[in-house]
Amino acid sequence: MKQMAFTYQSGLSSESVTLQNKIEMAEEIKDTSVISIKNLNVKTKDGDILKNINLQIPKNKIIVLLGPSGCGKTTLLKSLNRLTDLHKELKVSGQIIIDGQDIMKAGQNLSAMRQRMGLLSQRPFPLPASIYKNVAYGLKLKGIRSKKLIAHSVETNLKRVGLWNEVKDRLKSPATSLSIGQQQRLCLARGLAVKPTIILADEPTSALDPISTKIIENLFKDLKQHYTIILVTHVLRQALRLADHVVFMYYGEIIEQGHPDDILKNPKTAILKKYLVDGN
Amino acid sequence: MNRKRRLTDSLVNIWMRGGLYIILAIPVFIGIGLYWKAAPLLNEHSLTDLIFSSKWFPMKGEFGFLPFIFSSVYVTLLAFILSAPLCLFAAIYLTQFSKRRLLNFMLPVIDILAGIPSVVYGVWGILVIVPLVSGSIAPFFGATSSGYSLLAGGIVLAVMCIPYMLNMLIEVFHTIPVGMKEASLSLGATHWEMVKHVIIRKGFPGIISAFGLGIAKAFGETIAVLMVVGNTLNITLSPFKAGYPLPALIANNYGEMMSIPDYDSALMFAALLLFVVILIINLFFRYFIHKTEKI
Repeated sequence: MKQMAFTYQSGLSSESVTLQNKIEMAEEIKDTSVISIKNLNVKTKDGDILKNINLQIPKNKIIVLLGPSGCGKTTLLKSLNRLTDLHKELKVSGQIIIDGQDIMKAGQNLSAMRQRMGLLSQRPFPLPASIYKNVAYGLKLKGIRSKKLIAHSVETNLKRVGLWNEVKDRLKSPATSLSIGQQQRLCLARGLAVKPTIILADEPTSALDPISTKIIENLFKDLKQHYTIILVTHVLRQALRLADHVVFMYYGEIIEQGHPDDILKNPKTAILKKYLVDGN
Repeated sequence: MNRKRRLTDSLVNIWMRGGLYIILAIPVFIGIGLYWKAAPLLNEHSLTDLIFSSKWFPMKGEFGFLPFIFSSVYVTLLAFILSAPLCLFAAIYLTQFSKRRLLNFMLPVIDILAGIPSVVYGVWGILVIVPLVSGSIAPFFGATSSGYSLLAGGIVLAVMCIPYMLNMLIEVFHTIPVGMKEASLSLGATHWEMVKHVIIRKGFPGIISAFGLGIAKAFGETIAVLMVVGNTLNITLSPFKAGYPLPALIANNYGEMMSIPDYDSALMFAALLLFVVILIINLFFRYFIHKTEKI
């Protein structure tokens, strides 16, 4: 596997980074990383989906998972909150350490663990309920019963995603009555309401028009001050616009990773070079 | 070439429309036919008398359908109460909790259950359910029963409805997007909370539809019920007593005693009643589905 040492540092080219610097930076990231993935493998009876993934994900950054369809980006994302458990045909092994806890170990409180990670899917999946209830859902699961608290959280989070003014007069309407772009922002508000520390976003703008895409991208830029965002995307320009760190995957392996300027402008491997040429 | 393609297009269009109109016309013609045959009875008796009277003396020209309607509703409700929760939870388990292998094993079993002729269910009812009711269930509740009872009819009907309801419920739960389940789980729901808030809620119109299908099937089922229900005129709340549902009345008597004036019309009226009730059940469930689909 062509696993590269993690070389994130804004504006630093790979050539200028000495081995010592690399080691220091890797150590630094290890300290600030919120997620540490060690030897993660995901298999089905037909073959490997993820092969020996090792990755450190730093805090309050946007990490973009890039790669062709079927390379395992979504599987990696879903492994992080153990949604892979839903697919009984998958065999998952390895360690995913989040804030010092290995979430792969048996006996984990999955509900609490998942609440720490907001999930935004390729296309929005509002729950079969009103706009208000969608945002309130996670809070009620958390055991919050105070109507005042819930109402406040609903308003705050709808405002955060810029949806409040558009829906404040129809909070009891079904969430499905919103446009796709609005639904995606609603799903983001719903995820933020449970106060996660990490946001998992699986091509969240792939079904959106350019205006809605821009709104979501701007939101991500604002949100990274407080959240670690792991974003799966096919769009190279989006990766360049948003990423603090890019991870390029191919056939279940991490091929290259680093600062977007390094990865997207000076690729080292032939596979990534070809992907970028074809992608552009 | 273009003319030929246009002609083919038109012909296929006519064929499809024709097929649709024929299908739409079938229930209309059945309804008209039954009303036409039942008209002599309706001319001589008021509708209220026919539906709410419990006096059934065809020789004297008295045709009160209340005991038949009561038995039909009773047996149907019993079958629904026994089968609906069973099917709902089985479908949830098969689609949300069990391994795919179990579902793959169950699907042909369900198909086999659906394919068994109703007379076989009737025989099974006589051999197993009737003795069970008379020998075990009724004594357990301190009652005596010959076994040929509303309960036996309800149990046999429930078993007959299971494959239809279960199959439809499995289909309904399969249509719910995985993304919606993931959304619920990622917000911290447990598996059961996800089922409660997403699967059942999202699948609600489909669940109602499956239940409607089950009730309509149960209400119209004839042979198997006829064989175990006792076929005795009764209006009783005791499930251990015999009953006489509408389909059994028609099946037992059509072609017999036709010399009695208006008897033929009375049986056609029973068929018309069945037809109208099933129509109302379907319309009610359609309305309910329409209302709940908006969520």
